[in-house]
Amino acid sequence: MNPMNTAAQPQQRQFNPYTENGGTILAIAGVDFSVIAGDTRQSEGYNIQTRYAPKVFRLTDRAVLAVNGFAADGNMFVKKVKQRLEWYRHAHAKDMPLHAIARLIQTMLYGRRFFPYYVYNILGGIEDDGSGAVYSFDPVGSYERETCRAAGAAQSLVQPFLDNQIYFKNQQPAPGTAHPAHLPLPHVLSLVIDSFTGATERHIEVGDGLEIYVVLAKGRDLSGLEGFAGLQEVSSRSDGERIFVIRRELKKD
Amino acid sequence: MATASTYAPVGFDFSNQVRNQFLQEKGLPLPKATSTGTTIVGCLFKDGIVLGADTRATEGPIVADKNCEKIHYLTDSIRCCGAGTAADTEFTTALISSNMALHELSTGRKPRVVTAMTMLKQMLFRYQGQVGAALVLGGVDATGPHLFTIAPHGSTDKLPYVTMGSGSLAAMAVFESGWKAGMTREEALSLVTDAICAGIFNDLGSGSNVDACVITAGHTDMLRNFVRPNERVAKEQRYLFRRGTTAWKKESVRDLIVSEEVRPIGGAGAEAMDTS
Amino acid sequence: MSIMEYNGGSVIAMVGKGCVAIGSDLRLGNQALTVATNFEKVFPVTDRIYLGMSGLATDVATLREQFRFRVNMYQIKEERDIEPEAFAHLVSSTLYERRFGPYFIEPVIGGLWKTQGGEYKPYIAAADLIGCLNFAKDFVVAGTASEKLFGVAEGLWEPDLEPEDLFETISQTLMNGVDRDAYSGWGAIIHIVTPDKVVTRTLKGRMD
Repeated sequence: MNPMNTAAQPQQRQFNPYTENGGTILAIAGVDFSVIAGDTRQSEGYNIQTRYAPKVFRLTDRAVLAVNGFAADGNMFVKKVKQRLEWYRHAHAKDMPLHAIARLIQTMLYGRRFFPYYVYNILGGIEDDGSGAVYSFDPVGSYERETCRAAGAAQSLVQPFLDNQIYFKNQQPAPGTAHPAHLPLPHVLSLVIDSFTGATERHIEVGDGLEIYVVLAKGRDLSGLEGFAGLQEVSSRSDGERIFVIRRELKKD
Repeated sequence: MATASTYAPVGFDFSNQVRNQFLQEKGLPLPKATSTGTTIVGCLFKDGIVLGADTRATEGPIVADKNCEKIHYLTDSIRCCGAGTAADTEFTTALISSNMALHELSTGRKPRVVTAMTMLKQMLFRYQGQVGAALVLGGVDATGPHLFTIAPHGSTDKLPYVTMGSGSLAAMAVFESGWKAGMTREEALSLVTDAICAGIFNDLGSGSNVDACVITAGHTDMLRNFVRPNERVAKEQRYLFRRGTTAWKKESVRDLIVSEEVRPIGGAGAEAMDTS
Repeated sequence: MSIMEYNGGSVIAMVGKGCVAIGSDLRLGNQALTVATNFEKVFPVTDRIYLGMSGLATDVATLREQFRFRVNMYQIKEERDIEPEAFAHLVSSTLYERRFGPYFIEPVIGGLWKTQGGEYKPYIAAADLIGCLNFAKDFVVAGTASEKLFGVAEGLWEPDLEPEDLFETISQTLMNGVDRDAYSGWGAIIHIVTPDKVVTRTLKGRMD
């Protein structure tokens, strides 16, 4: 084509409203607790936009939401979920139950079926019956309750490791024993930390910092948490479910 | 196919081209090779050259090699940092290194940096950028210290401080603010370290350790893993499995010990051979 | 879809204490359709060197024969076995020769090399499809499940594993990695190379 003649040709322009901002999130449910974690790096291409952009958010005293994918959509989505939860609180004088938040997120995501929020959500917390729960979503609202789930840039690195260590996949139990259905909190926390240090080693978009939210069922003691380096309580009351944050450093290269 | 003899003709072999072209036309894109996202730098100082490189090799967003070597040997007093397609930097520098050794033997003199630069640029230009090597070439010869960059298409620059690769802007920012003429060895080495660290920490394509190489008139110091600012922290727990955890169906053992057994034929009771 | 995913398959090698382990899955596919579940991708080169190849199956078969020929010629001329490092460079040069019309395979090499003192030390290496070598001190992976294998191996591997412990670690890494990959799996095979024997085990894995 003659380059001088381009004006005569129809030209197409397009704007891509989405980008991918890297990072990884992960959640594991225990019997009476739930752990939701994410790294804090936000990147675009080969550039780090910030080393501290939280991807995990406290919604209520028993619900924590992790969002990963397109950061702008993620932040907006969390904002809207929080707004809906506040409306619920004003209307019903109580916090929305976890399973209801999960269904709310589904309707909110599917409401944008043809211009989706480009985010993968993982919701963790405590159900009404006091059990730890994790719900994972796709960007248009398909969801499922699970015991553990990883999402984001390093999903493919972390999820098979979790299959092996949480579900004991491909492991034969020692004769006369059985694999436990749920793991104790300290064990889960060490698996989360090792998952992220491993992902940081092999994925360029994972690193900088790690934020781990721990939600404990009502009346559960802190066993396994006390003395944990970098622990901070973020729950609003001490007589209901309690939420703690653990902040750790990850490699910054 | 050129395998009838072990002495294959020199140069690249294009015999898979037709097949691969066909596959590509069927809509199968060619896979990506390992690329060194890389920060590589070079810097002139009072009595020589300091070269620097990070040690990360990537395949897309995955780290393929956490501690690779990007400062390649050309001659005793000339080294070359490579960015771009990892295999191309590796083999291009190896080929030129070999040709430099032959050149040294045929001329009987220490080869010059410009010679290496010319060989490299002529090769890269011949391949029209298809050999994807972006190089930082540095060394000291009879005419003094020299520092060049060579782009994949074969163009070259001669400058007192240079950077290349995806971390080149981060590293150049350090050079632009910190470089001055006539630095000492220590000053230059620390500036190069800072420049590489800027790439390691601010560019996702670069990471792990700092390799450095100080070349002066009489001596070359290859400082492999000069700084290691990214050691992995200890794991929270060990992941040893109980022996017998993995279920298997079939086992075969290939014994590599050659054992001999001497079996006397005819016991003690047998009659001795009649040797009369 | 890339040519590297046409047949599927994955390979891994790990270093242990005075030993190496190398293994592959057993699937041969035609895109999403599984054609065979007995397609081994790891081959003996010498007594103590194994070569694994993932990628386009036709090239895996072609190169296996080509390397067998080249190693035999080396042995006849040199009157000794090839060492792992020399073999790695043979693989690398063979692939780079085809820089502009490559074989679509990613090789993984695992073996033991003999020191001056007659002791055997572990050696592993991998390369991309045009022969860029990667000498790792811990583990190397290749194939359609490479990301998953990197993730699990980074978690499970530790230095100085005894042969039997290394077998468990590499088997768990490989099986859990390929179980999350649609193009790999359908059983696996592991070779543990020690100075005095090579133990080969066919693993019981998911067949779905």
